[in-house]
Amino acid sequence: MADAVGAILLASVTLYAILGGADFGGGLWDLLAGTTRRGRAPRALIEDSITPVWEANHVWLVFDLVIFWTAFPRAFAAVMNAAALPLWLAAGGIVLRGAGFAFRKEVSTLSVQRVAGAAFAFSSLLTPFFMGTVIGAIATGSIPAGADHASLSAWTSPTALLAGFLFVAACGYLAAVYLVGEAARRGDRRLQAYFARRAQVGAIVAGALSLAGLAELSTSNPALYARLTGRALPLVVVAGVCGLAVFALLLAGRTKGIQVVAALGVAAVVWGWGVAQYPELLPGTAVTLTNAGAPQATYTALVALFIVAVLLIGPSFALLFSLQRRRMLSPSEHSPAPPSEPLRLQLRHR
Amino acid sequence: MRPSAMALLAAAPWSGDVVPARAQMATTLGFHIILACLGIALPTIVLLAEFIGLRRHDETALRLARRWSQAMGVLVAVGAVTGTVLSFEMGLLWPGLMRRYGAVLGLPFGIEGLFFFLEAIFAGIYLWGWRRLPGWAHWWSGVPIAVSGIFGAMSVIAVNSWMNQPGGFTERNGRIMSVNLWQVFFNHAALYEMPHMILAAYMVSGFLVAGVYAAGILRGRRDRYHYSGFALGFVPAAALTPFQIFVGDTAARAIAHDQPVKFASMEYVARTSRQVPEWLGGVYVNGRIYGGVKIPYLDSVLVGFGPGTRVIGWDSVPPADRPPVVWLLHLCFDVMVGLGFVLLLAGLWAAWAWWRHRRLPRQRLFWLLGAVSGLAAIVAMECGWVVTEVGRQPWVVYRLLSTTQAATANGGIVTSLSLIIVVYAVLGTATIAILRLLARRWRRGEATEAAVPYGPPLSVDQPAGPLDSS
Repeated sequence: MADAVGAILLASVTLYAILGGADFGGGLWDLLAGTTRRGRAPRALIEDSITPVWEANHVWLVFDLVIFWTAFPRAFAAVMNAAALPLWLAAGGIVLRGAGFAFRKEVSTLSVQRVAGAAFAFSSLLTPFFMGTVIGAIATGSIPAGADHASLSAWTSPTALLAGFLFVAACGYLAAVYLVGEAARRGDRRLQAYFARRAQVGAIVAGALSLAGLAELSTSNPALYARLTGRALPLVVVAGVCGLAVFALLLAGRTKGIQVVAALGVAAVVWGWGVAQYPELLPGTAVTLTNAGAPQATYTALVALFIVAVLLIGPSFALLFSLQRRRMLSPSEHSPAPPSEPLRLQLRHR
Repeated sequence: MRPSAMALLAAAPWSGDVVPARAQMATTLGFHIILACLGIALPTIVLLAEFIGLRRHDETALRLARRWSQAMGVLVAVGAVTGTVLSFEMGLLWPGLMRRYGAVLGLPFGIEGLFFFLEAIFAGIYLWGWRRLPGWAHWWSGVPIAVSGIFGAMSVIAVNSWMNQPGGFTERNGRIMSVNLWQVFFNHAALYEMPHMILAAYMVSGFLVAGVYAAGILRGRRDRYHYSGFALGFVPAAALTPFQIFVGDTAARAIAHDQPVKFASMEYVARTSRQVPEWLGGVYVNGRIYGGVKIPYLDSVLVGFGPGTRVIGWDSVPPADRPPVVWLLHLCFDVMVGLGFVLLLAGLWAAWAWWRHRRLPRQRLFWLLGAVSGLAAIVAMECGWVVTEVGRQPWVVYRLLSTTQAATANGGIVTSLSLIIVVYAVLGTATIAILRLLARRWRRGEATEAAVPYGPPLSVDQPAGPLDSS
């Protein structure tokens, strides 16, 4: 039963990665879109694509946290203690991202829009980075089982930092691929090519960082490395193949199905990590899925909860996404005043 | 909206490591709870307006619904992120609580997660579907938001009430052995905390909406638009107020039984006795009460319907197990009850005027009262939370786990607290500023409802154009 809950947690993390991650990536491309004039069209597309869905996607994070602390309270407390600093920073980033995004839409003064936009864009970069370092800290076995104090070294190891950068790159990659599809659906060839280039760059960077992380892992956590190249190898291969496939499809100018393939690739990375770590919850300690502190009844309740969630949330998400795909949800309704570039870029522009 | 100042005040009299963590939790929760109220109840009020608009082909009501849902878009976003901060803080500030009871109190949170999903998904559809979804389909897309707001609130309150009346689990050597979800969710305190908070959310949202339009009417904007806006908020909130007072009275009696020391602090009952007087106001310092009004026997009467009722005092437990600063608890309780009655009077006044003259009162005082009713409801609600939370001290889980044991051992909370106060002050100011900006824009008649094509940045050299730049 604990295994089932572990799988549920991993599935929820995957969904946050491929849905919420792309929203962070949107912020990254917003940040890099250039001056007011040049960045106009891409920013508009990003805004249009993220607005109706980001809050629903964001809920996966809350759901992940809840499942984590309910099913594995000891491990949760240890992570929260040891990795307190990056988690605080990620929480701060979440506030600035969401508030900045919502405010930017409604304010009408360009300078205020820039401040709000900058908050949105920069925190879209920082939040996944700090989340990545926390996952990196867990994977390298830097979280002691009974951690009761924050540790700086846990999340600043080369592997953890690489994981942080990988998270940012993966978010950017996913977002760019999704935006290629969004541009194609709107028949905008120019933006399609624009985001295709960025998706390719994202694919290369994310791929390189994955390989670097893997190499680093061979020294920082050899046991995990052995299992990643052992029983988790099929998933690692799937991740690589998906990445290459997206790259090739983009080169060929094809857009059909690339969003699914890209999401599958990221999902394979998450599951590769999960399978390699199984049944350990905090590598390098005795904490496993079964002894992290919850009784059988809690697992049963969580499995039941997840079944209800799939039945209730699944169709709701399907409705939301299908309305979004059919462009029935228009942020333009409420946005007479649109977003603009972040502060920094404006200063450079002058 | 100054929850941070309130939190500091509430935290000041304690000493020890746990103070900054408590102050931070109070600040973030005190801030989020206002948005949570709006998240729970505002959708219902918006749906009410849209319903009337669709049913009676009432353009004014429809315009109000559209504008309110634009404000709701901002409020939902800020509420979603400040709520997430609280999820992080459960672990970052209270790892001891989560390590020991995460497997129990996490379950209602999991159920809350489901409703949070439904809320966010259908908010995405409702808020952005105004233009393209046909009238009644759009209205129905908002119904799940209102429904899940209520169930989500029940789930979160289930956790808080469980902390006040823990049960539904067995524990051996600090390990949870079994959990009964039903008993955890519907613990004894849930039966009064849930309706109390949900009614509070409806009162805060309704009176806040009413207050905006009452202020407009005071400034001479006496048109149908403003009267409709006022009534759509005021009527539901005022109609629920008597029920809230009944639920609150029941809750206080239950607390006298379930958490006698909390009740004793609320009512200045130092010694267990009969014929206990009721103190209105007053500051308790070193065994003396300064400046209060004493009503003989009333406390005993309120607790057990007779002056002979025995009320348990805080002398029943050693000083270390009593809540700190009883005067704060008592005054917060009095302010909450007092404001509840003021809001009740405002509702009765309106009802009387409607009964006699078929119109709302004309007196300026009524509209002044209406204008501040939202603020009053917020203050009452925050005071209620101070009573609940400070009154449970020194326990985080009543009589099972002390707050000190639950708190993080990490330093630097003073730093994060300072940062949070700054960030939340900016966030609160910006939220209010943006709502005012929207109102100004609506007043100037900028056609937000008209089909404005999504116009990217209005730069100096380039006017807004259509999306496709190719």
